[in-house]
Amino acid sequence: MGSHGIKDQVAIVGMGCTKFGEHWDKGVDDMLIESTNEAYASAGIDKPDVDAYWLGTAMSGNSGMDLAAPLKLDNKPVTLVQNFCATGSEALRNACYAVASGAYDSAMAVGVEKVKDSGYQGLSGAAKMPTDGTARTLTAAAMFSLVAPAYAKKYGVDEDELRMVLGRISEKNHYNGARNPRAQFRKEMSKEAICAMPEVAGRLGVFDCAGVADGSAAAIVVRAEDAHRYTDKPLYVKALSFVAGTKAGNLDPGYDYTTFPEVVRAAEDAYRQAGVTEPRAEIALAEVHDCFTPTELVLTEDLGFAERGMGWKEVMAGTFDLDGDLPVNPDGGLKSFGHPVGASGLRLVFESWLQLRGEAPPERRIETDRTLGLVHNLGGYPGEMVSFIGIVGSEEG
Amino acid sequence: MRGVLSAAGYVPYRRLDRADIAQFLGKGGGKGSRSVASYDEDTTTMAVEAGRFALRSAHGRQPDQVWFTTAEPAYLEKTNATAIHAALRLDSDVPALDMGGAVRSGIGALRTALAGSGTTLVTAAAWRGGMPAGPDEAGSGDAGSAVLVGEDDGVVAEHLASGSATEEFLDRWRLPADRNSRAWEERFAEPIYAALADEAWNQALKQAELSAEQVDRVGLVGTHARAMKRVGRGLGVAEDALTDDLGAAVGNTGAAHPGLLLASMLEQAEPGQVLALVSLADGADVLLFRTTDEVSDWQPARAVAAQVQAAGQVTYAKFLEWRGEVTPLPPNRPEPGRTSSSVAYRNADWKFGFVGSRDEDSGALHLPPSKVSFATGSTHMEPAPMADVPATVVTFTVDRLAYSPSPPIVFAVVDFDGGGRFPVELTDVEADEVHIGDRVEMTFRRLGTSEGIHNYFWKARPIRAAAD
Repeated sequence: MGSHGIKDQVAIVGMGCTKFGEHWDKGVDDMLIESTNEAYASAGIDKPDVDAYWLGTAMSGNSGMDLAAPLKLDNKPVTLVQNFCATGSEALRNACYAVASGAYDSAMAVGVEKVKDSGYQGLSGAAKMPTDGTARTLTAAAMFSLVAPAYAKKYGVDEDELRMVLGRISEKNHYNGARNPRAQFRKEMSKEAICAMPEVAGRLGVFDCAGVADGSAAAIVVRAEDAHRYTDKPLYVKALSFVAGTKAGNLDPGYDYTTFPEVVRAAEDAYRQAGVTEPRAEIALAEVHDCFTPTELVLTEDLGFAERGMGWKEVMAGTFDLDGDLPVNPDGGLKSFGHPVGASGLRLVFESWLQLRGEAPPERRIETDRTLGLVHNLGGYPGEMVSFIGIVGSEEG
Repeated sequence: MRGVLSAAGYVPYRRLDRADIAQFLGKGGGKGSRSVASYDEDTTTMAVEAGRFALRSAHGRQPDQVWFTTAEPAYLEKTNATAIHAALRLDSDVPALDMGGAVRSGIGALRTALAGSGTTLVTAAAWRGGMPAGPDEAGSGDAGSAVLVGEDDGVVAEHLASGSATEEFLDRWRLPADRNSRAWEERFAEPIYAALADEAWNQALKQAELSAEQVDRVGLVGTHARAMKRVGRGLGVAEDALTDDLGAAVGNTGAAHPGLLLASMLEQAEPGQVLALVSLADGADVLLFRTTDEVSDWQPARAVAAQVQAAGQVTYAKFLEWRGEVTPLPPNRPEPGRTSSSVAYRNADWKFGFVGSRDEDSGALHLPPSKVSFATGSTHMEPAPMADVPATVVTFTVDRLAYSPSPPIVFAVVDFDGGGRFPVELTDVEADEVHIGDRVEMTFRRLGTSEGIHNYFWKARPIRAAAD
């Protein structure tokens, strides 16, 4: 019994990613075709040569046919997966395992979400099981807003100072997103302006929240030994870890909202699989699930990039900036991309695909000799979440 | 000996200053205030709160039937008392019955319980209003009341006699689909009520072998203000015997008012006093009681007087919003879907009774109830009723985007005394007055209504200084 990982058994050889945004003129099918065509072209593989598919969507499809039909796949197996906001990464994880098992020579993971057809603000439209009406009806913003005062109290940070730290996180992600043509928001914002926005939940303002966007992203994976048939620069899968929480944070008076235990557990597993012992020194870039600014703050500590209670200082010191010691969300993050639920997990991988292969545009290219990219994708809320962590690398071994 | 074992009123937290009405509309209003049910309260939830108070001060006596009366029922066709039954966690062999849709049913249910046998919890509630700037809107109030009627040990007020007089006349009326009641010219019914009251009053006094001067306290309730004044003057009781009818602070709470005034009188009563309830509503009804020695030991779970004191204001604009008279633009978020009847049925103990489960080994509390312990993995779980356990705010937030019938949602993570946590919506609170460490108690509320299905569940509210 154990979680052994599949380090260097599978490689990503092609990726595609649409521009994320309010695509009033594109439907689910349009975005699926766009991202998968880019992935096929990127790998130089023909559609019939991809053996199996994993489609991740949280609210824009109900079966594998939602991919097979628009792409007109010829009797291919298509599995639909769903895991809250960590749906895209779930598609990738399962596609990788399928190839590693030897069941298929190649597989595609594709994530998609069409969220801007609901007519509502924010995310909505997730499948609704009939309920007894007792579940809370809060927004995700309100749930994650619980983190900031808890963090401030635990570590003795002045709440106004912490407010500016959160603004600094958003400012950094806006700065990076402004340098990314695929991002939804491409405008730099000062932390002062971000902090002055009207409050949405707790002390979180509009610009502490990820945008809401449509989009799709796709990755093609093959056995590592076959990777060079498709590209000179494959990305080797070093680790894939996943934890589904028990929602114990809602029950346990010991839970204090300053950490996400599911992320800590997933990180331990991922670092063990990849053989990473000092993430701060070994990781070249991290794409993390910055659904709200306090989320990114806590993630820097849960992922081991900063000591407990020190993440806020590292943020202010610029550690996670584009030119910092460990760039976090160099592509602009959910903040700049918005969050098409099923697509985000694969979009997070796409930045490592560009950066580690030297294909990121000069204005946001990371100067580093490190070779590992970390991808973190979560779904749920503080106290009750699912967490994915993947590590990819440009070199074997 | 048959009589009252316990009685309680529930006065909602909010008050509307009647002067606000005139300020807003340029007319109407008056002096004092009226009680206002929160947007998440209805007659069923207010009866639940009153019933909880009444049973809490009943020395463990439990009813073998529960009745509910209101002129503003949350449901027609469907019994409302079953939700009260569930929230009070009464046994399945305790019948739960609604008693009519008229104001008179309030005193009528009480009279019937006193004339019957066994132990009956008579609950009543009112959610009363009227056309903006009219006398019904300003003069009415919202409240719940509950009287536990039974025999022998624990009777705090012995039932001495009942009097009643009935005639058919149309004074006030409302069609089932209408929001507001209408009334005939006041002068018409005044003499009719005076004659009926005289008849019922003398009937009761005769039956009790008492003279009017021997009655120490009178609670006078009714639907006709002018007739009540006249009848009050003509009862022949001492000048100061008429108890405060709470009109100045709460307003007239219709079917709930007999129970509310009875609870109020009992809170202040000494042993051996004769108390009367006189009701004028489509006839006249009189109930006479004599307090027993037990009344000196009887402690109300939460005195009506304390609830009248511990009040927070509501503006007239917010009042109009809560009554559905004006509908501001809601947040652009989906409204909650309807509650599933079958899921609610399966989870009735949780939804209506706020019963979680507790790990018998570690004591870890699970809200909602879980069959497997998060703390130990154990499956030895026992029911954990938590509705009456106070809690403390650990952290909180204000959600300005989520859908709510009255945004914003104030939401807190609370830890219960004795252990256990629940993230829960707060109510009866201003968004800017919540603090970590605040003490809260659970309260039964209506979260919303979708497709004609009311969604009842529990929220937490601050424990106010004047409480208990």
